[in-house]
Amino acid sequence: MIPVSYYFALSAILFSLGALGVLIRRNAIIIFMSVELMLNAANLLFVAFARANDALSGQVFVFFVIAVAAAEVAVGLALIVVIFRNRQSIDIDEMSNLKG
Amino acid sequence: MDFFSSADLITALPLVFLTGWACILLLVAAFAGKRPGLLPALSLAGLLATAYLLVSQMGLEAEAFGGMFVTDGFSTFINLVLALGGVLSIALSYDYLQRMGIAKPEYYVLMLFSLSGMMLMASAADLIVVFLALELLSIPLYVLAAIGRPDARSEEAGLKYFLLGAFASGFLVYGIALVYGATGTTLLSGVVAAAAAGLEYPIYLVLGAGLILVGLGFKVAAVPFHMWTPDVYDGSPTSVTAFMAVGAKAAGFAALLRIFVAAFPSISEQITPVLFAMCAATLIIGNLLAISQSNVKRMLAYSSISHAGFILMAVVAYGNDAVRFDVVSSALFYLLGFTFASFGSWAVVMAMEKGLGRGLDFKDYAGLFRRSPGLAIAMLVFMLSFAGVPPTLGFAGKFYLFRAVLEGGYVWLAIVGVVASLISAYYYLRLVVVMFMQDGEPEVHHEPVLKITAGLTAVATVLLFIFSEPLFAWASQALLRIF
Repeated sequence: MIPVSYYFALSAILFSLGALGVLIRRNAIIIFMSVELMLNAANLLFVAFARANDALSGQVFVFFVIAVAAAEVAVGLALIVVIFRNRQSIDIDEMSNLKG
Repeated sequence: MDFFSSADLITALPLVFLTGWACILLLVAAFAGKRPGLLPALSLAGLLATAYLLVSQMGLEAEAFGGMFVTDGFSTFINLVLALGGVLSIALSYDYLQRMGIAKPEYYVLMLFSLSGMMLMASAADLIVVFLALELLSIPLYVLAAIGRPDARSEEAGLKYFLLGAFASGFLVYGIALVYGATGTTLLSGVVAAAAAGLEYPIYLVLGAGLILVGLGFKVAAVPFHMWTPDVYDGSPTSVTAFMAVGAKAAGFAALLRIFVAAFPSISEQITPVLFAMCAATLIIGNLLAISQSNVKRMLAYSSISHAGFILMAVVAYGNDAVRFDVVSSALFYLLGFTFASFGSWAVVMAMEKGLGRGLDFKDYAGLFRRSPGLAIAMLVFMLSFAGVPPTLGFAGKFYLFRAVLEGGYVWLAIVGVVASLISAYYYLRLVVVMFMQDGEPEVHHEPVLKITAGLTAVATVLLFIFSEPLFAWASQALLRIF
């Protein structure tokens, strides 16, 4: 069996990639995709630990996370569409109405 | 197989009722048609009924749903504060939304859903329930922040809040996964038991607790996770800002206090320095950035960051067993004082707002005392309460908070807190000087609800100061269930 630490390393890499993506990329959709990567890194960890601990609960949590992520997608994409209609761009650097 | 019993539902009755009521109202909203007053009235009725159920639950201490849900003095106290906040927000919203031309029936339904998430957060005794509650709280708030559409500022606030909120939930979930890996459970009671029995990889637990702190730190707007706050508070319609300034903060701190006090005392040695640094940074940076603001809404946003710092002062001392309960009750008491002053000041801001995002500068407040002395005096009371000057509830809150911090042995933190209060007095009093001593012709909207709310919260801020001792005694009885 593959040791848990391998899964942990992989998920840590995925999580870091996601977090970096959020901080570096400027397109709202890509940022959003990076957030999904972070959530899925956590899902991977849940499943790996569930298997290591021989417990089902971790796998159940993954369903909760997936369901919540779907709800977030619904609201997030709606917001992005509304903004795109208004200004034909979803680059967050161009959103500078609010500052000070 | 029984998934849950009726006893579980009764323990969670206020929350079950509120969620069910919100679902019904969602249907009513679809058919409300041309009766704009229907939804706010029904929402208010539902909230008052929830508050009644909460009051009837006072003194109850019970677990439900296999220990994932807890009703105790702590949750009842927070939920009553949240219900009060909900009633005030709905009362403030109606006229304001009509005046701004963004009245929509779903607004009130979203508010109720968000409130039920906040209330669940205060009762959650399982990390997954904390995550679900956080999302139930946040997702309606993302929509509410953007409800001023097609106003570009409001849309932008919604998107910024959404992206950073989702980012924060990523940290929270990853933290929960690590805690699960370290202990094999997400139940707070299970985490305590596993930590007591000895862990194979304690580093996972510490890392997980740190990431959970990051996730919740975003929600309560603690430095360095505060970047979204001024933009979102500024861009959202003011009624939404008032709601999230109090609600999201109260719920976030409820979860923070419960998770750390109940589940993570075993790793306080590693976590406390992090909390200390976060708290000191929040106090100093929040207040320093507030000084340079020329917009009242942004000033209040930075001030709410600094108040998050003050409440965090209580969390820092959580690991000290001797003051554990003082810490919780002083945080609750501070939150109560913050709730009154915050809603009152937002009511004044709404009365002065000319259109979405206009009429919010300091100079627009010049001459307010001559034009509308009542509002100016109310605002004076709120600013004094924020700054922690007697005779206001804010002073009593800071007094109990500093006492708990000193008893916990964090003298340096108390010193930072006092310095931060002094800095904050500067920008709060600057607004007072503008209102009382400069000449101007401010435009005031004389809406009765705004005036009544501002008046009542101002009176409460002063009157409750006189009764702060019995009130604090009540907060001290709001015990957190310890496993």
